[in-house]
Formats: sequence, C-alpha cells, structure tokens
Amino acid sequence: MLFIDAWQFIVAHPGRFAGALTTHVALSAAALGLAIAMAVPVGVLLADSRRGTQLAITAANFGRTLPSLAVLALVMPLLGTGFVPALFALTLLALPPILINTCAALQQVDADLVDAARGMGMTYAQVMNQVELPVAMPVIFAGIRTASVQVVSGAVLASYIGGGGLGDFITAGIAMMALPQLLVGAIPATMLALGADWLFGLLQRTLTPVGMRAT
Amino acid sequence: MKWLGNNWDQVLVALGEHIVISFTALAIAFFLSLVIGILAARSERVFRWAIAFTGFLYTIPTLAFLALLIPVVGLGRANAIICMVAFSLMIMIRNVAIGIREVPADVVDAARGMGMRGIDILAMIELPLALPVIVAGLRIATVTVISVAVVAAYINAGGLGTLIFSGISNDFAPKIWVGGLTSCALAVAADLSLARIERWLRHRAD
Amino acid sequence: MIEIRGLVKRFPGAAHPAVDNLTLTVPEGCVCVLIGPSGCGKTTTMRMINRLVEPDAGSISVGGRNVTHVDPVSLRRNIGYVIQQVGLFPHWTIADNIATVPKLLGWGEGRIAARVDELLERVGMEPTTFRARFPRELSGGQKQRVGVARALAADPPVMLMDEPFGALDPITRARLQDEFLRILRDLRKTIVFVTHDIDEALKLGDRIAILRDGALVQYDAPEALLARPADAFVESFVGTDRALKRLGLIMAEAALEVAGLPAPSLAIPAHANLRDALSRMLEGGVDSLAVTGVNGVVLGVLTMSAIRRHTGAGDSANNQ
Repeated sequence: MLFIDAWQFIVAHPGRFAGALTTHVALSAAALGLAIAMAVPVGVLLADSRRGTQLAITAANFGRTLPSLAVLALVMPLLGTGFVPALFALTLLALPPILINTCAALQQVDADLVDAARGMGMTYAQVMNQVELPVAMPVIFAGIRTASVQVVSGAVLASYIGGGGLGDFITAGIAMMALPQLLVGAIPATMLALGADWLFGLLQRTLTPVGMRAT
Repeated sequence: MKWLGNNWDQVLVALGEHIVISFTALAIAFFLSLVIGILAARSERVFRWAIAFTGFLYTIPTLAFLALLIPVVGLGRANAIICMVAFSLMIMIRNVAIGIREVPADVVDAARGMGMRGIDILAMIELPLALPVIVAGLRIATVTVISVAVVAAYINAGGLGTLIFSGISNDFAPKIWVGGLTSCALAVAADLSLARIERWLRHRAD
Repeated sequence: MIEIRGLVKRFPGAAHPAVDNLTLTVPEGCVCVLIGPSGCGKTTTMRMINRLVEPDAGSISVGGRNVTHVDPVSLRRNIGYVIQQVGLFPHWTIADNIATVPKLLGWGEGRIAARVDELLERVGMEPTTFRARFPRELSGGQKQRVGVARALAADPPVMLMDEPFGALDPITRARLQDEFLRILRDLRKTIVFVTHDIDEALKLGDRIAILRDGALVQYDAPEALLARPADAFVESFVGTDRALKRLGLIMAEAALEVAGLPAPSLAIPAHANLRDALSRMLEGGVDSLAVTGVNGVVLGVLTMSAIRRHTGAGDSANNQ
C-alpha cells in the first residue's frame, strides 16, 4: 500500500528525512519567533495612537491578502534562493495576523479598566504591563496561533526557492510522479501544521489568566 | 517590463485561467456552505461538528493537501478545485451559521408572530440580515482560494502560478515579477471589492 | 481639604467651557456632592482633582498642596478613585485588586494581606470567601463594594467617586448607600462625590454643589438647599416635592414630644424619617404616631403639627 511504501522511503533515507524535517521546523520556528518579536512590540507602541493602530491594521490586512507563494517567489529576484530568503518571506507572512491581533486586542481592552488603573496611580508602563497586556493576551495568542499554522504551511512552499523542508519531497514526488515520496512530504507536513495548531491552542488556554477563562 | 509588453497575451490567459478556477471553486463552496451553514445555524451539534471538521481541513498546508489528493484524483483542475472548496468551506460555513445566529431573536420572533413560515423567514429575514457577515466570509475565502490557485499551477491547474514556476525554474526574473505581482493585485482587488460590498451591506442594514 | 479656585476647562470645538471659573472649598472630613444636569462639568471637575484631566486655568490644592506641583502618579496613589463601572481587573483575584495601590507603594506582603481582610470586612464581605474569587464571579453590588475597598486600601485622606452606585438596581443602590454612610462614620475622609440623582445627593452629602454649564449655582448643606433654593433652576432641579424631601432629612426622634399626650395606636421607630412618618399617618388616617426606641420602648409622640413645623411651612412665604 502507498503508506507502507512511503514509510519504507523514510526508512531508506533517514538522513534526508531528518534533515528536511529539521529545516522545516527551524524555518517555521525562526520565522514565527522573528514575527512575534517584531509585531507585538510594534502593536504595544502603537496602542495609544488611534491613527497609528488603524494604519498598522490596514497595512497588515493588505499583507494578509497576498498569496503566500507570490510573496515567497517575489523574494527570489531580490534575495536569491536558500534558507535566509525563505526565512525572510515566511517572517513577512507571519507578521500580519500577529500585528492585527495585537492592535485589535489592545484596542478592545475595556476603557474602564485603563481609567481605573490610571486613576489609582499606575504609570503608563504599569498599566500596559499589569493590566492591558494580560487582558489582551488571549487574543494576541490567537493571532500567534494563526500565524504558526500559516508559517508551517508556507514553509512547505519554501522548497520552491531552495529553502529546504518537507516541501522538497512533495515537489520531487510530483516531478517524478513518485507517490510514496509525495506522502513522505505531505503527511508529516500536515501533522506538523496540526501539531502547531494544537500546541498554540494549548498555550493560549494556559496563558489566559485564570480569572478570564471561559468556564 | 519589456517581457510583459511582448507577452501580455500569455499573462492574460494565465489570469483568465486563474479567475475561472477560483470562481468555480467559490461558487461551489458558496452553495455548499449555505446549505450546511443553515443547518448548522439551527443545530448546535451540526455547528460544532462542521466547524471541527472543516477547521481540520483548513489547517492542512496547501501544497500538502494538493499532494494528498493526487493519488485520488490525479493532477489538474479538479484536484485544485476540491482543495479550494475544502478550504473555503471552513470559513464560509462558520460565517453563514454565525451570521444567521446573530440575527436578533426579537426580529425573528416578530416575523413568526406575523405568520411567516420558516422558509419565508429564512429567505426574507435571516439571510438578508446575515448577508454582511456572509460576505465577510466570502471575502476571506476568495483571498484564500486565489492563493491556493497560485500553488495549484504546479499540479497543472493553470493560472498565474505557471508564470511564477516557469520563472523560477528558468531563473527568469521578469516572469516571477509579473506572475507574483499580478496574483497579488488580483487578490487585493478582489478583497477591496468585496470589502466595499460588505460595507455597503452593513450600511443598508443600519 | 480641597480648595478649588477659578478652575477653567475648555474642550476643543465646544461652544462654552466645560468648567467655567469654578471656586469652592471642601472642608476636611466633608462629603461634597457635585450634581447637575448632563454636561454641567461635574465629572470633569472631579477628574481635574487627580489630574486625569488637566485644567486650562485656575488651581486646585489638596491638603494645602497645589496638585500641579505634585507628580500626577504619586498624587493619584494618595487619592481613592471609584468609578461607575468599577473597573475591577478581571485577571486578578479580589485580593489582588484591593491590594493594587499598596503594591504600587511597596507595602510588605503580610501588611497587604492583613489590610485586604480588614477592608473586605469593612465593606461587609466575608474575607475567606471572597479573597480568592475573581470579579466575574461577583454581582454588581459586590463588585462595587470591592471597588470601594480598593479605593480605601492605602488609606488615602481624599476620595473621588464618580456615580459609583449608578449602575446598580435601586434596591442594591439603596443598600450600598446605607453601607457607605456606615463606613464613613468610622473613617475621616474628604470625599468628592459626583451624581445626577438628587435623592442620593441629599442622602449622602454634607454639602451639595449644584453645577450648570460649568458654573457653580449653589453650594449648601442639604437642608439649606431645600429650604432656600437660589433660583428657579435649583428649585426645579431639586424637585417640586421639596417639602417632602426636607422631611426625609429629619428623623422622628428629633421631632417627637414627650409628655402629656395619649399614646397613639400606630408607631414608628425613632430613626425613621419624617416623610415615612407622614406616609404612615396618611395610611392609617391618624394625626399622631408613637415613636419607639430599642425594644419597643415608647420614647414619645410625633404629631402632624410637629411635622408641619419641621417642613418650615411659611419659609417660602418668608422668602418672597
């Protein structure tokens, strides 16, 4: 059966598979990490500027409509092929959902909470760190979760610009019409995506402050 | 851009193919999601099951999904369209169901009290009022579908992706630019048009 | 004590100033109620005391110090602040919420825990039950009690309260108002209280400032406000049942006569107010009531004519 053939392929080429898997995870994790490190602080900095937030959300919404493969491909004439260009493109793909969710979440924090906190004598930083960010965390994390799936999914396409990863098996499989190889790429990639979604869903629930969890 | 000047017919063909498969997939998904969405709006169980299943489908990476369909339906447009419909269903079913559920209960109650039948209420009250939310879902689905269609060129479905792939394998940058930028432009244009329709619908509802 | 002098605040695009040359003094330990129609500037004035809004002109000094000369953050840590929607932090327990300012001030853990329990008791909530709960588990009335406890936590000499009971149903509101009066009896705080409800103002206030279009129209104790309204606006604002409202401010024990009268059949407690007494008399079709103290001991008799005397009947005739 096809699955058995696919499994045998992995057994026959353990190094190749492990290499592709590692690259895939590394690419995804790095892109996600970079995107979080950039998008969340920007969201926080823009929090008290209405126009700034609107601008950021508009820009991010624009970015979100762009087809993933188009973004990856357009990086190639600029940065060439390989791990780094792929990382660059994937980070770009991960930024919009995180930025949108961070901005929206901070905007939606109940204004009375901020008023009470300021009125009691918290500094701006204290209000942000002790009240706004914790209350906004669930929505911010939902954005990170969305971005994680998008990144793992995009990393499959990174194969086209020489980024490596599990997509290599899929493209090779299609090119040679070798179905087992196809599955060697497709199934682990799917599992990774589902795994990321599950992991960040779990983190989201864990990081939601106890007092705010849905009962 | 000289290349574009000489080959704009090629680009138009690719663009045409792209639009055709996208539109076909969206049409199928739209009708399917209407049916399932209406059922899901009425039944909590159907809602949760439908969301869970389509949510699972949506998480599958695009290329992996297309690849997994190859042993089943081979290469070509059918494969691409199945994938696009699957991805669209998640968003559209959810939006149809939520849109209908968000219709104020007192409005439906008044309609029923005036003697409207269930089917009348659905057609004349619930669906029209749910339209902004449904169109919002259609908007996301459209953008998703256009994105999938770019990748689907690799499995012989045609579309703007053919330009991109040709450009990559021949290391010919102009094709990459044209293919990439045109597909971006298409996605943005579709999104903006639907956004405008969505806004207009919301204004009408107020 | 709080001194406001010539306070002015203009918002861009507004036809007239939100606060227009306001001058008033709140003596120490006094509950000063700011009241008036929407847009009269009462909330804006209050928020200028803790500099959530900055004045355009004039000065405010709290405890002798001009508020603009103090860092706003430390100013606010020394002023209790209670708002209508309470604003309890949903991600913190009740104990953490109450401990907010003490934590900001760097109190020790033990001192904070003791203070939290003390305050929960003071606002009538059992500490062991409520300490570890979260805001969403509380009713509206309970939330506002916690809100008051939170404002009292660092024992500030001054408190600002912006329609704190406005979001509650009438029964809960009345109960919290009574509790608030009870709490105040043990503490000595200078309080600025904003409301749009004249009955609440009359019930809670030592002095009432009536504002209109940013200007002070009358600033008086409740009895004086009811007896001598400054103009037609105040008269209508206070309500056409002024006389009855005045009766609401006086307790039966202040109006009773002791000797010489036969004991009536109907009775009221000594701490009931004259308006309720009048109502009881009308209900029962009688002209007098026995006033009872603790254990039902008859302290004296309250007559209809005594009530009439206490409405200051003829006062308005004197004013004309």
